[in-house]
Amino acid sequence: MSETKKTNIILFSGDYDKAMAAYIIANGAAAYDHEVTIFHTFWGLNALRKDGHVAIKKNFMEKMFGKMMPRGADKMGLSKMNYAGFGPKMIKDVMKKHNAMPLPELIDMAQEQEVNLVACTMTMDLLGLRKEELLEEIEYAGVAAYLGNAEDGNVNLFI
Amino acid sequence: MNSTKVLDAKGLACPMPIVKTKKEMKELETGDILEIHATDKGAKSDLAAWAKSGGHELLKDEEEDDVLKFWLQKG
Repeated sequence: MSETKKTNIILFSGDYDKAMAAYIIANGAAAYDHEVTIFHTFWGLNALRKDGHVAIKKNFMEKMFGKMMPRGADKMGLSKMNYAGFGPKMIKDVMKKHNAMPLPELIDMAQEQEVNLVACTMTMDLLGLRKEELLEEIEYAGVAAYLGNAEDGNVNLFI
Repeated sequence: MNSTKVLDAKGLACPMPIVKTKKEMKELETGDILEIHATDKGAKSDLAAWAKSGGHELLKDEEEDDVLKFWLQKG
């Protein structure tokens, strides 16, 4: 076999369905023995949020952002047919019937398969998200780290 | 065909059949044969592509009562 190939995914979206697509590809690429990295930026950072409340001192705007954004992957909405939160309930039901893996489990599986989960620190600052609020064992980086991976990446996606 | 191991991936949806196949293949030795049972309709294209990329050989595949069976030889 040749040297390790790389898959890099930018997860910009905070939609449950789009994040699911990103994590399915990431898990597939890991099964292909690629070195896989998902860069989470803007709304995609919410996929990395812990689901409980984390007590941290924040300013007013940061508090508002914190309250308005979904706390963790399971609370994310759909990009289409969200219907004020009813859509995700329906799709999770259908997923169960078809044995499709829910997003939180796909994220666990990705970590198990040693997919590198990276949080973009600049957008963390914008949205007022702190390390304490995000999952353990993730990395923190910026655009240069992404480009460093992407320039010799074999699969590069922006979702 | 003499299968070294059988992987039951029936009922599993994408990407699980390929994730599980990868895990099982890792445990096997070169030349060993992994038999996979799946119900995901995309499994044939997925396994064929995965095997090719990893240097394994898809020896045979057949369908029996909606169950897709594959024999993969580790390369």
